[in-house]
Amino acid sequence: MNAPSLLQQWFPNITDWTEIGQACIDTLLMLGGSLLLTVVIGLPLGVWLFLASRDQLHDSPRSYAALSLVVNVLRSIPFIILMILLMPLTFFLMRATIGIRGAIPPLVIGAAPFFARLVESSLREVGAGVVEASQAMGATTGQIVRRVLLPEARAGIVAAITVTAIALVGYTAMGGIIGAGGLGSLAYQYGYLGYKPDYMLVTVALLVLLVQLLQMLGDAIVRRMSHR
Amino acid sequence: MTDHPALITLKAVAKSYRVRGRDIPALQPTDLAIDAGEVFGIIGHSGAGKSTLLRLINLLERPTAGRVVIEGADVTGIDGAALRDLRAGIGMIFQHFNLLSSRTVRENIAFPLRLRPGMDEAAINLRVQELLERVGLAGHADNYPAQLSGGQKQRVGIARALANKPRVLLCDEATSALDPQTTASVLDLLLDINRELGLTIVLITHEMDVIRRVCDRVAVLDAGRVVELGNVVDVFLHPEHPTTRRFVSEAEHGDEGGPDYSGVAGNLMRLSFRGETTYAPTLSEVVRDTGIEYNLLSGRIDRIKDIPYGQLTLAMRGERMDAAVAQLRAAGVVVQEIAR
Repeated sequence: MNAPSLLQQWFPNITDWTEIGQACIDTLLMLGGSLLLTVVIGLPLGVWLFLASRDQLHDSPRSYAALSLVVNVLRSIPFIILMILLMPLTFFLMRATIGIRGAIPPLVIGAAPFFARLVESSLREVGAGVVEASQAMGATTGQIVRRVLLPEARAGIVAAITVTAIALVGYTAMGGIIGAGGLGSLAYQYGYLGYKPDYMLVTVALLVLLVQLLQMLGDAIVRRMSHR
Repeated sequence: MTDHPALITLKAVAKSYRVRGRDIPALQPTDLAIDAGEVFGIIGHSGAGKSTLLRLINLLERPTAGRVVIEGADVTGIDGAALRDLRAGIGMIFQHFNLLSSRTVRENIAFPLRLRPGMDEAAINLRVQELLERVGLAGHADNYPAQLSGGQKQRVGIARALANKPRVLLCDEATSALDPQTTASVLDLLLDINRELGLTIVLITHEMDVIRRVCDRVAVLDAGRVVELGNVVDVFLHPEHPTTRRFVSEAEHGDEGGPDYSGVAGNLMRLSFRGETTYAPTLSEVVRDTGIEYNLLSGRIDRIKDIPYGQLTLAMRGERMDAAVAQLRAAGVVVQEIAR
């Protein structure tokens, strides 16, 4: 091959495209793993926040205040600092502080409180009248949560998952700076430290595409779910 | 004491809410006995305490004093499974329907049946179908609430409230969000249910017309106190408390209150007929026998639930006024002179 291909012309520094492919896979694995755990931890946390808040089924100012404080503290620490702070915990949990495994604990701990707040506010959107009607029919609190609150708020919860997933894409890219791998890592190492603007361009384009796809998917599911 | 125990007895129940460290009374100590099979209305303006009073019956609100007795059993302090059992036996419908927007009509009606174990899928389907037909929504089973009109939503609410075969149905301003025609059809449905199933209905409203159409007895609530209580016919024709008079006057004349007859000659008289005298030619007999004259100023001949009644405002003139009044009274007409 004498003439350089179009890819070589446009992206002269990128010699190994499989590296970019691997970075995409790493980003998706980090995103998938951390999103799953974030939902598993954040959803009950959000339900708890909601139930414990004023005039709700388990109105309990103390437990609300305590939980709310933890959530607020975790949310107020910038993610990049949270990652560094959590390194001992991360190592204890995963036996690693870098790579996909090392990235997941800080991602989940950073995103779960955020997601829990979003869940709490989407549960607030469910009318108090519907809850009262369920109580009047003799439903237990567990039944009200599972059969009334969560199904009625499901469109809001899916929207919350979408927003959280997009925030996590940003966090994984930040994680790249301290060695989490993935697209953020490529952009930082080759694009920024290595002065290779074509790497920067490709990774940014892929991140934009990922965010777009997540938003479209989320919106499509919300549309299917709402019967209001 | 009556010879038969009431279905629902409220004994000196009171409720106050704690707002910023102070107790704000919502309901003053109140006694009320509601009999099995009756339609009992509670009327009052917003903030009068009627919503609180209604919710004491299924303990959605706990009284701060007094006792709630249902079928002879004191239920004031129950909780847990006993409370849920009690509530399952008391249906409730709401002003804003409170249906689950994420479920179809069929699933909304099945909802209370699925809350407790013991009913298999086939039995649930059968019961739901029966209820759909009773409320006239068999064709809408698979629609979502958002696809229904207000009246249809309330019918779903009624079907859902009836699912567990309750003894009592509580209606919280059930027709206040509906237009007059839809209100009439929903009230007719409630009356049918009351008659066919012998279901006791307790309803709260701020519209005297709702009371007139369906209730047997009414309690008038004002500032957390029952100020008048009795058969609807008596309360409607002879309201005593100012609040009751205002409600009756709104029902008769719209919101403006009574018209002004200051320029009309003669004695202003209100004649109240009830029962069969309503349809008897009493007034024309009196006019023939005593030779008095009258102008008809306003009037209404209608029914309170099943009882015909009439209320006429006349300006009467003539020599033998006393004889005319006596003859009317002898025929069972209540005659009141209106001061001007």
